[in-house]
Amino acid sequence: MELVPNFIFITIVSVAIGFFIRSINQIRHNILLGKPIDRSDNAKARWKNMTRIALGQSKMVSRPIAGILHVVVYIGFILINIELLEIIVDGILGTHRIFAPFLGDFYNFLIASFEVLALLVLISVLVFWSRRNIIRIQRFWKDEMKGWPKLDADLILYFEVVLMSLFLTMNGADLAIQTFYPDASHYIKAGSFPVSQFLLPLFENYSLSSLITIERSSWWMHITGILIFLNYLYYSKHLHILLAFPNTFFANLRAKGAFVNNPNVTNEVKLMLDPNADPYASPDTDEDVEKFGASEVTDLNWVQLLNAYTCTECGRCTSECPANQTGKLLSPRKIMMDTRDRLTEVGNNIKSNKGEFKPDGKQLLGDYISHEEIWACTSCNACVEACPVDIDPLSIIMRMREYLVMEESAAPMDLNNMMSNIENNGAPWPFNQQDRANWTKEI
Amino acid sequence: MIRVPTLAECLASGKTPEILFWVGCAGSFDERAKKITKAFVKLLDNAGVDFAVLGAEESCTGDPAKRSGNEFLFQMQAMTNIEVLNAYEVNKIVTTCPHCFNTLKNEYPELGGNYEVIHHTQLLRDLLEEGRITIVEGSFKGKRITYHDPCYLGRANNVYEAPRELIRKLDAELVEMKSCKSRGLCCGAGGAQMFKEPEKGNKDINIERTEQALETKPDIIAAGCPFCNTMLSDGVKNKEKEDSLPVMDLAEMIATAKDL
Repeated sequence: MELVPNFIFITIVSVAIGFFIRSINQIRHNILLGKPIDRSDNAKARWKNMTRIALGQSKMVSRPIAGILHVVVYIGFILINIELLEIIVDGILGTHRIFAPFLGDFYNFLIASFEVLALLVLISVLVFWSRRNIIRIQRFWKDEMKGWPKLDADLILYFEVVLMSLFLTMNGADLAIQTFYPDASHYIKAGSFPVSQFLLPLFENYSLSSLITIERSSWWMHITGILIFLNYLYYSKHLHILLAFPNTFFANLRAKGAFVNNPNVTNEVKLMLDPNADPYASPDTDEDVEKFGASEVTDLNWVQLLNAYTCTECGRCTSECPANQTGKLLSPRKIMMDTRDRLTEVGNNIKSNKGEFKPDGKQLLGDYISHEEIWACTSCNACVEACPVDIDPLSIIMRMREYLVMEESAAPMDLNNMMSNIENNGAPWPFNQQDRANWTKEI
Repeated sequence: MIRVPTLAECLASGKTPEILFWVGCAGSFDERAKKITKAFVKLLDNAGVDFAVLGAEESCTGDPAKRSGNEFLFQMQAMTNIEVLNAYEVNKIVTTCPHCFNTLKNEYPELGGNYEVIHHTQLLRDLLEEGRITIVEGSFKGKRITYHDPCYLGRANNVYEAPRELIRKLDAELVEMKSCKSRGLCCGAGGAQMFKEPEKGNKDINIERTEQALETKPDIIAAGCPFCNTMLSDGVKNKEKEDSLPVMDLAEMIATAKDL
């Protein structure tokens, strides 16, 4: 009988971790549906990028209020998880605060700092919630945030409030037991509680068994809550807490203005310009004819798909986008959300059809992202610059333009005129190339 | 009268100029941008820079085609241009257009075109620092000047300081807009938007940017890109301020200061 709680604990943790691994595998599977792209170069610069941007939060603080609050929650998240280690060991062995005897004063210091951080996290989360729901900062109320994305964002904040409150309640009840019932078995004198000590008056007239019930249920709900949150990640926009690291590692390191030159086009153009090429040579029928550009998630590369899962919908990209600022339909955040949602849909389709994609009559371009959005972009890179985790919505937009122009010939009329001018006379306007140097006669 | 040599002429007379001035389509054909081209050439001539142009052998870099999604047309343009540039053994290119600058610098190397490419504001800064151009009496002294970062010079290539140093060298007061440098707002012309009508919205991007510029109460709006120049000039016209608020390229400002 004594071992029942240990058994329940081990079962809960194992099931939670099992489900989590399954979700991670699904995400991995979906990301690898993308086309190959080599990002194995320059490992040193990549580690540096990850350390600076993901670990060091360097791009977060370009907006100081949200940035600093985020750093608080981030440090809180990482450090309070050290406590998780003790909770798990205690749960498996049926012990209580097992690290305390080993760490001595340092243990008190750790618990004290977790408490302070938990309080700071609570305050930050309250400010975050107010920014979304009371101040109603514009970027949280754009069209693409209606419905689930809005609820998702709030749920995550509620989760954090509940988890932090349970942590402090647990400590408060523990302190009450240590203070009012110093002889209680199992509850050793350990920890320093600078925040939860203020809960002490609330517990003054409680019996030992009530206090133990409060302490134990907070402990159980805290760890169960964390495990639920871990598994909620897959269904939420919150995967950035894990994916920000690979995403910044595999990010583009070249100048932002350097757009990719499509190598398939290079081969064809070389052939066209080669005077020795045989125009009647039979085409290589073994190879599939590569589609130009992207109209579906599977036409994008795996880094672009990783980008989609990493996006946490903060909307900094959209708030910096000149098209969005002037009321156009384009929102770089929506490009990422649509890519992610469609990718999840395609992934689930493949899963439920035994590894084969069963056509569902839909695709990313057209059914999720409209042509109007794609053509509103000025390619100014403001969205890429603004993203705190190096997501690149612009590269997806450009791939879709490639598809529209090279596969569908569906460019706006004005652009078709511009392109035929370039083709015919080497300038986007209808001027004769021979007149290019006319200005030299005017000085 | 300044004689502007072409690379073909240089080759015929056995000369290899130090630097090619890539004029660009706007700089060659657009009436407003041609003034920038001429101002820059006057400065090059004044500083004794050994330069040449391609003249009728120059063709669009392909930037607007690529940004429109026409990778074929872009690479056709790029490879044809590279063939010309490599035939003349060009090593160093300066251009007054950030779009040409970006494409030549970042997108040509993979296709076989490897050149040192600089923006004209970088060359002018160097010439001033080397003392090859001197500004004696600043006719811009004390003027409030706000500088608009072209996306393809700033964010795309991290060139933020060279143009600003030029303004400081003019003894003018540089006033920054609320979005500047890496957070600079686009003028609305990039990504081939210059050549099409904007999508439906509640405002044109160039108006938004012009309003940001007006907030700084400038005497002059400085630009470093022919397309930004057009967009901002249109914005200033829209606000009916074209008589009191000039939009000038940095090359024009320095040429004016030198009374060229």
